[in-house]
Amino acid sequence: METLKTKKMKEVHPMEDVLRMNRIPHIWCPGCGIGLAVTAFAAALEKAKIDLNKVAIVSGIGCTGRVAGYIKLDSFHTTHGRAIAFATGIKVANPDLKVVVFSGDGDLISIGGNHFIHAARRNIDMLVVCVNNFIYAMTGGQVAPTTPLAAYATTCPFGSVEPPINIPYLADSSGAVYVARWTTLHIRRLTNSFIEALDKKGFSVVEVISPCPQYYSRINRLGDGLDMMKFYHDNTEIRHGEDTKNLDIGFQGKIIMGKFIDRERPSYTERFD
Amino acid sequence: MKTDPKGVLVGSHYLSGNHACAEGALSAGCRFLSVYPIMPALEVSERFLARAKEVGATFIQMEDEISTLAAVLGASWTGKKSMTVTSGPGLSLMMENLGLGVMLETPCVIVDIQSVGPGLGLPNRPSQGDMMQARWGSHGDYEIIALAPSSPQEMFDFTIKAFNLSEHYRVPVAVMSDEYVAHLKEKVVIPPANKIEIEPRRYYEGPKDSYLPFKRDEDLVPRMVDIGEGYKFHVTGLTHDDRGYPIMNEECQEYNVHPLVWKIRNYVDNIIEVQEVHVEDAEVIIISYGATSRAALKAMEQARNSGIKVGSLKLDTVWPFPEKRVAELAKKVKAFAVPEMNFGQIVLEVERCSYGNANVFFVHHGEKGVENTDNILSAVKQAAQQNSVKDGIIECE
Repeated sequence: METLKTKKMKEVHPMEDVLRMNRIPHIWCPGCGIGLAVTAFAAALEKAKIDLNKVAIVSGIGCTGRVAGYIKLDSFHTTHGRAIAFATGIKVANPDLKVVVFSGDGDLISIGGNHFIHAARRNIDMLVVCVNNFIYAMTGGQVAPTTPLAAYATTCPFGSVEPPINIPYLADSSGAVYVARWTTLHIRRLTNSFIEALDKKGFSVVEVISPCPQYYSRINRLGDGLDMMKFYHDNTEIRHGEDTKNLDIGFQGKIIMGKFIDRERPSYTERFD
Repeated sequence: MKTDPKGVLVGSHYLSGNHACAEGALSAGCRFLSVYPIMPALEVSERFLARAKEVGATFIQMEDEISTLAAVLGASWTGKKSMTVTSGPGLSLMMENLGLGVMLETPCVIVDIQSVGPGLGLPNRPSQGDMMQARWGSHGDYEIIALAPSSPQEMFDFTIKAFNLSEHYRVPVAVMSDEYVAHLKEKVVIPPANKIEIEPRRYYEGPKDSYLPFKRDEDLVPRMVDIGEGYKFHVTGLTHDDRGYPIMNEECQEYNVHPLVWKIRNYVDNIIEVQEVHVEDAEVIIISYGATSRAALKAMEQARNSGIKVGSLKLDTVWPFPEKRVAELAKKVKAFAVPEMNFGQIVLEVERCSYGNANVFFVHHGEKGVENTDNILSAVKQAAQQNSVKDGIIECE
């Protein structure tokens, strides 16, 4: 007892070196998977052998667009869809920096789709983390380019009639050098993918399938965050090196995960020199 | 601060406006250019690229004008002076990230070689149709700085000036040129590097852990740091506090966004530059900017030769608008004549700032050629004959 009285206890968050603690609590809903993706990323930042002073993180708009604000790096919260373009400017102007883009599926693949394709084609050296929750969540649950066929959203009350985009296939065919997909249940593997991708020279894409209990799950009656995690547990399969053509995600269908692409290609800034 | 001599092509040259603009950028220390190909602006990037290697500048051609300006903003935060060049349709696409540039208070220069719109218009003919877009094109309230060069020499000078203003006030600065000036070839004198004044970036110099990206100096301009220096700062396009953290309420909107306006408005006297000729005894003053000034000055001479007391007010700075000077002159003269290569944009400002003290004649200029003075002269003659002030803008045939 004596020692307890004299020693002052200081509670320290295990990740306070890489998180902005004065911004916690974050804005995400209970059961949301973005926090898990951030945790995995923060763990990767701590484990990866990189100088954190030389890493910039850029986000666009949306729920995942808020990530940059919580990570203790030089961080930018930019216009909707333009995170990759903004990050391209950073990387090309100062090739010594490592650049990470952390954003959602709507931001990166819909409004920012063109920038995604061209940054991959140029092989700009950056890690793009795409949190895919199948819906526009910040605006209240509208159909996204990733919403599975027949799934509901507020702007498709009779079920989506648009076939969704296969993000790893898009990244692969556009020229990305590293493409992986995990769910927020597979934190250890996701963290390892982040570490690998941070070390990789070139355009790397990690897709993170994430639950959105508030909008996607509620309108589709899929339960809460934990139910989605159980679903991921029962309906995912790891197939490293799988042909990215085979990675479509159907409504409540099986999700194929793994590292699909890991190849070498000179990056833009290497070629520029 | 003086320029890096490597970027300065000292001497007398015969240059097009576009090439002079590229030389001005290099002289100003611009080391990052991002563009999307568009007529009639592309020669700026070609010239810049031809010289990029020797001065250590970087260039990227992006996939559209949206990403072009986004890349410029990103590059600027690495400490490189950054620029993009475009024309009307590209400027329209840039409006989204122009707003971000204003909100992130990111120094950068946008050169707009205006061509005829709307829509696709006439990409190979000059116009001044983007003047209001440069001022109001992005959503929300903000102030912007825009300069209007009228010759290749001014393309060189004003591009440097644009970089200086942009660094000083931390705001995107537009150089509003047009196809005529861009493709006009004239003598351009480039002074030695030590004769060119360069505004350095306003860096933060205090201890690392007390850096606040939006803490304002006395003059309301915050200090910058570069990415990669270990400050681990955050900036957001949302309404934010000194730390750059989003704060979603009206108090913060006032705290954050009002200074974006006042950091310019409080210093308009330092920013605005105009050139006045024969205004002392003038009955009529021609107010012009950009290529139109060339015809305006000629028309003034011709009118003087025929006995009409005409002066000229050439607006080097169009935004912020020189409203104080126009208001003063309105009390002294019978009328203003405002030739523009559009259907009346800056004339609206002239009329507003005249406060009913002088007639305002609008001259739709350029259809008979940029240097043709017929329509300006006839407006000046009409204006000189008016003895009472009429309401509104008087359109000239």
